[in-house]
Amino acid sequence: MTMATMAITATGLTKSYGDKVVLDGLDLAIPQGSIFALLGPNGAGKTTTVQILSTLIPADGGRAAVAGHDVAHDGEAVREAIGVTGQFAAVDNLLTAEENLLLMADLNHLPRREGRRRAAELLRRFDLAEAAGGTALTLSGGMRRKLDLAMTLIGDPRVIFLDEPTTGLDPRSRRVMWEIIRDLVTGRGVTIFLTTQYLEEADQLADRVAVLDHGKLVAEGTPQELKRRIPGHHIRLSFADADRLASAAALFDQAATDAETLTLRIPGNGGVPALRAVLDVLDRAAVQAEELTVHSPDLDEVFLTLTGRPHSGALEKEGLR
Amino acid sequence: MTSLSYAVSDSATMLRRNLLHARRYPAMTFSTLVMPVIILLLFNYAFGGALGAGIGDGSVKYIDYIAPGIILMSVASGGVGTAVGVSSDLTEGIVNRFRTMAISRASFLTGHVVGGVIQTMTSVVLVVAVALAMGFRPDATALEWLAAFGLLTLLTFALTWLAAGVGLIARNPESASNIPLPFQFLPFLGSAIVPPESMPGGLRWFAEYQPFTPIIETLRGLLMGTPYGNSPVLALAWCAGLGLAGYLWARSRFQRGPVVR
Repeated sequence: MTMATMAITATGLTKSYGDKVVLDGLDLAIPQGSIFALLGPNGAGKTTTVQILSTLIPADGGRAAVAGHDVAHDGEAVREAIGVTGQFAAVDNLLTAEENLLLMADLNHLPRREGRRRAAELLRRFDLAEAAGGTALTLSGGMRRKLDLAMTLIGDPRVIFLDEPTTGLDPRSRRVMWEIIRDLVTGRGVTIFLTTQYLEEADQLADRVAVLDHGKLVAEGTPQELKRRIPGHHIRLSFADADRLASAAALFDQAATDAETLTLRIPGNGGVPALRAVLDVLDRAAVQAEELTVHSPDLDEVFLTLTGRPHSGALEKEGLR
Repeated sequence: MTSLSYAVSDSATMLRRNLLHARRYPAMTFSTLVMPVIILLLFNYAFGGALGAGIGDGSVKYIDYIAPGIILMSVASGGVGTAVGVSSDLTEGIVNRFRTMAISRASFLTGHVVGGVIQTMTSVVLVVAVALAMGFRPDATALEWLAAFGLLTLLTFALTWLAAGVGLIARNPESASNIPLPFQFLPFLGSAIVPPESMPGGLRWFAEYQPFTPIIETLRGLLMGTPYGNSPVLALAWCAGLGLAGYLWARSRFQRGPVVR
């Protein structure tokens, strides 16, 4: 893919705070119109990456370009193209939801009438209209996050950074955010750079996922590719009776049989060729299987495999320390 | 649009935002506006009898002596609102949002400072009006009034830029409201309430040379016709110096990038 179709590129980004290395040579290439998720535990360097790409802070080393503009030398052009919704809702607490949106419309230099039109549309689209009267301080966490995102969208950015957009939200608000985020990319060529520590979130939203650990990417690919890269992946066949199970078991070297459930577990990477091979072997031996399922490990297992450490609980505590 | 017209329109947007804040957070606005009036009432009616007796030969009414001093105090205390406003914006993360937008970088501070100046000058007008109602009788011509307000506006700008810088370095809004406190007391240690001649040696020396004294003396000269010597020159120099220092300091603090909290 050529550089022109890349919304975000980075090569060898580094950043340290004193002795603490936060980014240790980060490379990124994110095509236009895609959702990219940067996945990692607290303290992995996700927010720092967003801060560098959105021109908030300079990198110590390396280069990065957003929407075709160098973040170090052409920050103004980058800022023209992006919208950022940070980890903590950056709304003006003393203004109402509508006033917040109009403030952003003015700062995006929209004509007054166009600003009012977009503000009204976003209030409606994000169900913020009923709360438009009170100041932002009175909004619930989910509502504030939606308002924050609406404030980002009013300027019609081509590249949107969402830094942990659902951290701290209840499951229902999280689903609502997910729907909104998915809708953003459909047919509009908008690129979304998302950071998250929720594996499910990356799986749900992203076209590509990169796993960040201690300032380095330890893996990158589609959620499916990532899952395929790690062991624990297997094809499960179930049979109508013990005879068929036994005949099938004789065909595969590494298969494990479970007599109780009449199933056979065959290790494999879950890709189409592997599946076809299994089915071909069964066909040739004329053994009929009742059901075939592919078991994919979830991203928690991916993280454990890639970094050698569990993702949840323990790591979050480490990050907070 | 050119970058200059962006700077102007963004600053105007930020100013509108700050004026809206002033209406939404009336406690701060109220105390900025009303405190100086209360101090004026207090000094004139509660302490005025005793303090006034010690001034000059008794031919000067105390309200005529103290009104310019209290006017100046309202200017000196006006910056607190700006310091608190800047600091709470920083703690709430909205500033980082502004920084990622294609807007004039200076507009955030300019909006705060212009908003602060408008509030402080409103309180000055209020103090002048109340003082006039209490019997303050300046002999100033229209031109002298204009010059007096010009000087006060200049000083307000200078102190408000300093206050914006204070807001940027303060750890939180509470400390932002405390740091400017010494500035509010400075007029007390000058000729605002009583003449410096009545003070003990060291304090008197300080009172004679601190920035507020030539400013008050210039104000008295313009409004009351008292002799002011070279005070106007000193007053303008102090205002310009403090203003430039405050502006450059605040700007460089803000350019330094987001505060990682």
